[in-house]
Amino acid sequence: MLKRVHFKHPVLPYLLVAPQLAVTLVFFIWPAGQALWQSMLVEDAFGLSTEFVWFENYLALLSDPQYLNSIKVTVVFTVSVTALGIGSGLFLASMADRVIRFATGYRTLLITPYAVAPAVAGVLWLFMFNPTVGILAYLMHGLGISWNPLVNGSDAMVMVIIAAAWKQISYNFVFFLAGLQSIPRSLIEAAAIDGAGPFRRFWTVIFPLLSPTTFFLMVVNLVYAFFETFATIHATTSGGPANATNIMVYKVYRDGFEGLDLGSSAAQSVVLMLIVIALTIIQFRYVEKRVEYGT
Amino acid sequence: MIERRRGLTIFSHAVLWGGILTVILPVYLAFVASTHPLEDVLSAPIPVLPGDQLIENYTAVLTGSVANFGSAPVLLLLANSLVMALGISIGKIAISVISAYAIVYFRFPLRPLFFWLIFVTLMLPVEVRIIPTYEVAANLSLLNSYQGLILPLIASATATFLFRQFFLTIPDQMLEAARIDGAGPIRFFIDIVLPLSRTNIAALFVILFIYGWNQYLWPLLITTDQDMGTIVVGISNLVQVTEAEPRWPYVMATTVLALIPPVVVIVLMQRQFVRGLVEQEK
Amino acid sequence: MRTSKRWLAALTTTAIVGVASAAQAEPITIEFWHGLGGDTGKALEKITDGFNESQDAYQIKPVYKGNYTETMTAAISAFRAQEQPAIVQVFEVGTATMMNAEGAIYPVHQLMDDQDVAFDEDDYIPAVASYYTTTDGEMLSMPFNSSSPVMWYNKDAFEAAGLDPNQPPETWSEVAEYSRKIMDNGYECGFSIGWQSWVAIENFSAWHNSPIGTKQNGFGGLDTELVFNNDLVTRHIADLREWQQEGIFQYGGRRGESLPMFINGKCAMWLNSSAYYGGIKSQADFEFGQAFLPHYADVEDAPQNSIIGGATLWVLRGKDNEQYQGVARFFDYLSQPEVQFTWHQDTGYVPITTAAYELAQEEGYYEENPGTDTAIKQLSLNEPTPNSKGLRFGNFVQIRDVINEELEAVWSGDKSAEDALDSAVERGNQLLRKFERQNAS
Repeated sequence: MLKRVHFKHPVLPYLLVAPQLAVTLVFFIWPAGQALWQSMLVEDAFGLSTEFVWFENYLALLSDPQYLNSIKVTVVFTVSVTALGIGSGLFLASMADRVIRFATGYRTLLITPYAVAPAVAGVLWLFMFNPTVGILAYLMHGLGISWNPLVNGSDAMVMVIIAAAWKQISYNFVFFLAGLQSIPRSLIEAAAIDGAGPFRRFWTVIFPLLSPTTFFLMVVNLVYAFFETFATIHATTSGGPANATNIMVYKVYRDGFEGLDLGSSAAQSVVLMLIVIALTIIQFRYVEKRVEYGT
Repeated sequence: MIERRRGLTIFSHAVLWGGILTVILPVYLAFVASTHPLEDVLSAPIPVLPGDQLIENYTAVLTGSVANFGSAPVLLLLANSLVMALGISIGKIAISVISAYAIVYFRFPLRPLFFWLIFVTLMLPVEVRIIPTYEVAANLSLLNSYQGLILPLIASATATFLFRQFFLTIPDQMLEAARIDGAGPIRFFIDIVLPLSRTNIAALFVILFIYGWNQYLWPLLITTDQDMGTIVVGISNLVQVTEAEPRWPYVMATTVLALIPPVVVIVLMQRQFVRGLVEQEK
Repeated sequence: MRTSKRWLAALTTTAIVGVASAAQAEPITIEFWHGLGGDTGKALEKITDGFNESQDAYQIKPVYKGNYTETMTAAISAFRAQEQPAIVQVFEVGTATMMNAEGAIYPVHQLMDDQDVAFDEDDYIPAVASYYTTTDGEMLSMPFNSSSPVMWYNKDAFEAAGLDPNQPPETWSEVAEYSRKIMDNGYECGFSIGWQSWVAIENFSAWHNSPIGTKQNGFGGLDTELVFNNDLVTRHIADLREWQQEGIFQYGGRRGESLPMFINGKCAMWLNSSAYYGGIKSQADFEFGQAFLPHYADVEDAPQNSIIGGATLWVLRGKDNEQYQGVARFFDYLSQPEVQFTWHQDTGYVPITTAAYELAQEEGYYEENPGTDTAIKQLSLNEPTPNSKGLRFGNFVQIRDVINEELEAVWSGDKSAEDALDSAVERGNQLLRKFERQNAS
């Protein structure tokens, strides 16, 4: 897609693109190429003895129940984090939209978690859920709920989902609030005159108008849950118990960085890259389309 | 006229306060834990009101009298994180804005190739390609340097993507008008495009600053000189003590200190941050 | 490869300006990467400072690189990029990986020999030395911080429950019996375990003189196979599973995360490393003791001897001779009885030389601090057998993860002990075959 009007210049565009291209080639394309090469090798950790094996690492992955499990875990995790993060953000934003007077103050308070590093967020939630000293574990114990993320896979999953979604609530909130505040008042008033109550207005008028924002946030949240939660998992469960929270990105890290199985880890990276490329293409298709109908 | 339902308004406030409390709770507890002696934090239930050790704990953390050996003073770690975060945000914005400008406003051979080369990096975090990236950085002798902390992390097209989206929404008439005034590509960029992108740049600055500030694995791997460490790595070093229980009050005090700069950035730039992001989405 | 690197460098000089290079100044600096955090790290710095002050030709620069796993991976990545330190601390499960990297490591016995620094392998405690020695009796890495799991117990809890605080349980049936008594008296749980693979499988097997793998637990070659899904270990894991459901045993995490359970007086006994001595001493507000690991009374060979954990110092190739001279002198320094004795007191790790152990006895350290020699007594209880020398399995970091995963499925009640151990052995053997292949040079 290109503008109808544009410049022509023999050198300038190349100069403008050069810095980013250089950084990308050196720090992304080159390592990615190395990962591709490594994914076809079986080698020891030090790289002293290597054997070229074509696609064996990939085939091994596909027949590995642990890998299939991590795909399943990833789907559950990303969908839950996205749903929880977007749901809470939208709910809070529609409340804040009603009390316009204080919206900015609320926004300032709500935005803090966005600044917390994933690694630190993991530490904070782990501290709160710690079966021995954690306040949440203590409360639940008091309520008679048996809660043990160290043994129970679904408890651990709930913990990492909450910790991961928590960081995104404020981000989603900000977008939804801005989206809500840009909805023309006249539309809502018209619906009110037709006798629609606040809840019906929300579902029939407001929510459809928010759909571009919702879609955008879905993409952002999915990508976040898919890739950026590595440090959260690392700091809380390390993928356990019994692989219940071993999402794909974490598995790449653990097999390569801790297990020193570079071939398999590189093959997993390549699979992730392919997924990303596919996602990117889909997103571009969608975005291009949307830009065309000029929202 | 929209009806005013008092009940619903009160309900909204209540929900918002509930939401805020939930969202702030972990940070609040971190602060509380940072004001108590270790024994109190280790005995269940942990306190929910601030204790009396605030001054002692923060002084200890800041003066490094409890500094985890092998870690530089907290202030130096904070300074390193600041350099890294600023380097990443400014560097990424600078290279992205000009390459997006070239891709949107010029037609030149190889443009599609460049376009895809850059955009393929859109969402792959450094953790996934960390070992090969480390080898590249080492080959270029970038270990233990700010360049090494910064450069590999600006190799991603997120900002380019956002700028491109924004440039596509700038009406073509602008360019035609500038042309009539005899403006060349550089003048047009400086006089028209950059001022128009102000809010986007601000929004990106916030996002990238926080992204850079919060990096963990990359700094851990490429710095071996303790004076080059960053605060997030420092926190996880405090948590990972060998064969003992972490000193939670100090961990939490460091955590609170590490939160201050990104929170300040967000609060100060809140308005631009929201505007710059949302204008794209409307 | 080389040309592409050069091309890369040329390409990036346009984008990158200024490269930091460390100016070489007197004395010679030697990098030593380690994974000891907190107070243990401080104790390590005490040793390096001591060495640095003892002479002025060499400066050892300790660099904390995160936990053991992070330290090892950082060093290997650095080696691949020719940026490695001279010395790296590697935990015991990384031994096979390091040993098989022949072009990367500089065996300690050879280093000491090349550098003409006096060195006698017989000075070291056999249970420690045997773990890091080839079948030809050559020591490959420098023993440094070795520990062994012991049973920590809360004397106050014993006394309150009407038990003799100086008679800790010796057998597993006693552990269960005492746990129930203590719990009837208001405690929430009887005992917990840290580093479960190390304690409940590896050490449990050695302690009962039962093989963990074939070929002398992997000492005899890369074609070893795991065999810990035998009746004895299955019985133990099945008992633990039952106790977990009853509440007598409470699982508290893969590493040492269960420490607060013991310190807070939630569980009265805790099976984990002797190296927690410093942490427990400073954080527990009750009388505590250390005792031998429990065993099954009906197993004839038990107790045999326990095996070590902790880490050793490996020397990496690719440095100049001057550095290696400094490394050899540093190793000589840290093996001195006084240095070892101080380290032993500061951290709870066992003294690695017989001389240091004797010095500690002479100084009356064990009279003043009863129980602090539990680990070393346990390690040297009997002459190590092929089942209790230690273990040497490739990819063992990953195998431990597999064991952790399978055991967690047992504690949650999802799997029976038998199924979990069979599955752990099967998956572990796949990793062993992979390692064999990766190292088939």
